[in-house]
Amino acid sequence: MNWVLLLEQTLNGFQFGILLFLLAAGLTLIFGIMDLINLAHGSLYMMGAYFAATFTQWTDSFLLGALLALPACMLFGIILETVALRTLYARSHLDQVLATFGLILFFNEFVRLIWGPIGLDIPLPEQLSGSVELFFGIRYPAFRLVIIVVGILTAFLLYLLVSKTKIGMLIRAGASNRQMVSALGVNINLLYTIVFGLGAALAGLAGLMAAPIMTVEIGMGEGILIITFVVIVIGGVGSIKGAFVAALIVGFIDTVGRSFLPDILGLFVSNDVADTAAPAISSMLIYILMALILAIKPQGLFPPKGA
Amino acid sequence: MKLSPRATIITLLMIGLGAVPLIADGIDEPFYTVLFSRMLILSIGAVSLNLILGFGGMVSFGHAVYLGIGSYVVGIGTFHAVEDGVEWMGNGFIHIAIAVAASALAGLFIGAISLRTRGVYFIMITLAFAQMFYFIAVGNENYGGDDGLSLYIRSDFLGLFDLSNDNSLYYLNFFVLVASLYLTHRLTNSRFGKVIRGTKSNEQRMKSIGFPVYRYQLVAFVIAGAICGLAGVLSANQTDFVSPSVMHWTRSGDLIIMTVLGGIGTLFGPVIGAVAFLLLEELLSGVTEYWQLFFGPMLVLVVIFARGGIDGILVGLDRWWQNYFLKKKAEEN
Repeated sequence: MNWVLLLEQTLNGFQFGILLFLLAAGLTLIFGIMDLINLAHGSLYMMGAYFAATFTQWTDSFLLGALLALPACMLFGIILETVALRTLYARSHLDQVLATFGLILFFNEFVRLIWGPIGLDIPLPEQLSGSVELFFGIRYPAFRLVIIVVGILTAFLLYLLVSKTKIGMLIRAGASNRQMVSALGVNINLLYTIVFGLGAALAGLAGLMAAPIMTVEIGMGEGILIITFVVIVIGGVGSIKGAFVAALIVGFIDTVGRSFLPDILGLFVSNDVADTAAPAISSMLIYILMALILAIKPQGLFPPKGA
Repeated sequence: MKLSPRATIITLLMIGLGAVPLIADGIDEPFYTVLFSRMLILSIGAVSLNLILGFGGMVSFGHAVYLGIGSYVVGIGTFHAVEDGVEWMGNGFIHIAIAVAASALAGLFIGAISLRTRGVYFIMITLAFAQMFYFIAVGNENYGGDDGLSLYIRSDFLGLFDLSNDNSLYYLNFFVLVASLYLTHRLTNSRFGKVIRGTKSNEQRMKSIGFPVYRYQLVAFVIAGAICGLAGVLSANQTDFVSPSVMHWTRSGDLIIMTVLGGIGTLFGPVIGAVAFLLLEELLSGVTEYWQLFFGPMLVLVVIFARGGIDGILVGLDRWWQNYFLKKKAEEN
């Protein structure tokens, strides 16, 4: 067993988990409060990456580009909510799946029309493109470390927002009983728009941070969207705490599984078999995990209260 | 016998579908036979999905997995028949038997776990299982992995009919579609079907009456999977190609779109939906490369405004027609 590699992959898994959490937090809030299954959440992630790419080109600075992309994403989400999604809240899950699936088709084509079919690369600023020494001479890419730090900070801010502020109180109240909140005179439509904008900003943040380490391309939000759904289902739909725990578990298992499964399998079967079977099995690991968890706890690890 | 407008349109559609190869040969455009053949195959898939989605209210987001299983049975079978000369593995009857059995088994496995959950959990877990099978296919390098497998021969039906002829394949598809429609009709009107439909409208009540709801739903899930597996066999023969993309999650989405677009929970809705879906795709992509730019919002509009899909519009037409006659009669008196 290679301990340095294990540590590195653990950090990578942690970093992936953080990205998943940023997506899952918005998605789970939107589901918990508006009862909306939003398949187009991955499109918000994609838009975050594309906005960041364009703004970085304009300003010649990734930091400025990222800072501009964030409000752009939020605005984009708010417009999307007001124009299209608002009418879907009262509809069945099937209708929501269908309509937001239609939105995915639209956004993918929209991006192809505006930015062209070829993927974009965002160059990293020099300070961030190197690696830093952690300890014992183990080096780790600086930008991935930034992702982890920004992610943890965001998670902390989100925690403060939800548990310590008035808006957060309304969000929690909305998640447990929507009718009551609106009956008490809260402008529930405004609350919905705010929550959606917040979710869009978080998804955009994940997208723009993922942009420099992956290619910015059409459909980049779909693969990660499905994994995000796995996360919120494992965590219990509507629970931010569940999303956090599940995102880290899924990120870790997916990343570490991919790099170590061939070795682990090699202990039990011949190397040839292990090498051919491992890629397929490691892609399946998180789905197996989800099936196991749902078979035991059909409502996820942290089921919403009152459900 | 007097047919209502809706019944007339549906009858004409079915007769029209039956006559496609004749017309296509007549105007010397065999391309249409292939296009409509695809419609028939996806119709079968949508009809089977409708059984659980429309009549049973189980929103399965992984139905394309059975298309994949059926396709891979044919792909792997003919691969060994050609490469290793194992003749029985190219036999179409064996393909069908294995595909139906394998899909039913997969349905049993997926359904047994998924049906313990409800609502969004059910949607997501069926999607997750479909992804699992998708990655099995991607990772299976022996059978083409990500790139897929080309079929050099089609399923062999022992000289009974020759599938390498597109018209024969078309009529096989048509026959299977009609058979699955008949089966759906019989099933949904049987006691079994009534339990399934009752569960959709009120599960608690069905349980209180004393029906083992879970078992009924599981059986419906398995039947739907088996029929869709058969569609997979036809699909592989149609395209002469098998790849993981047959069971990509967007395929499952397409099947849901077809079912809902045509009219969920109606017998012919999925057929109408599949035909409309592929016609739209064909027409729009002929007009612009960016056809999904229009197709996507159209889908949103259908969901928001046209509840009941195209069949719902036909039902509305029927009502208007009836009122028209009543009025006429009243005027005469």
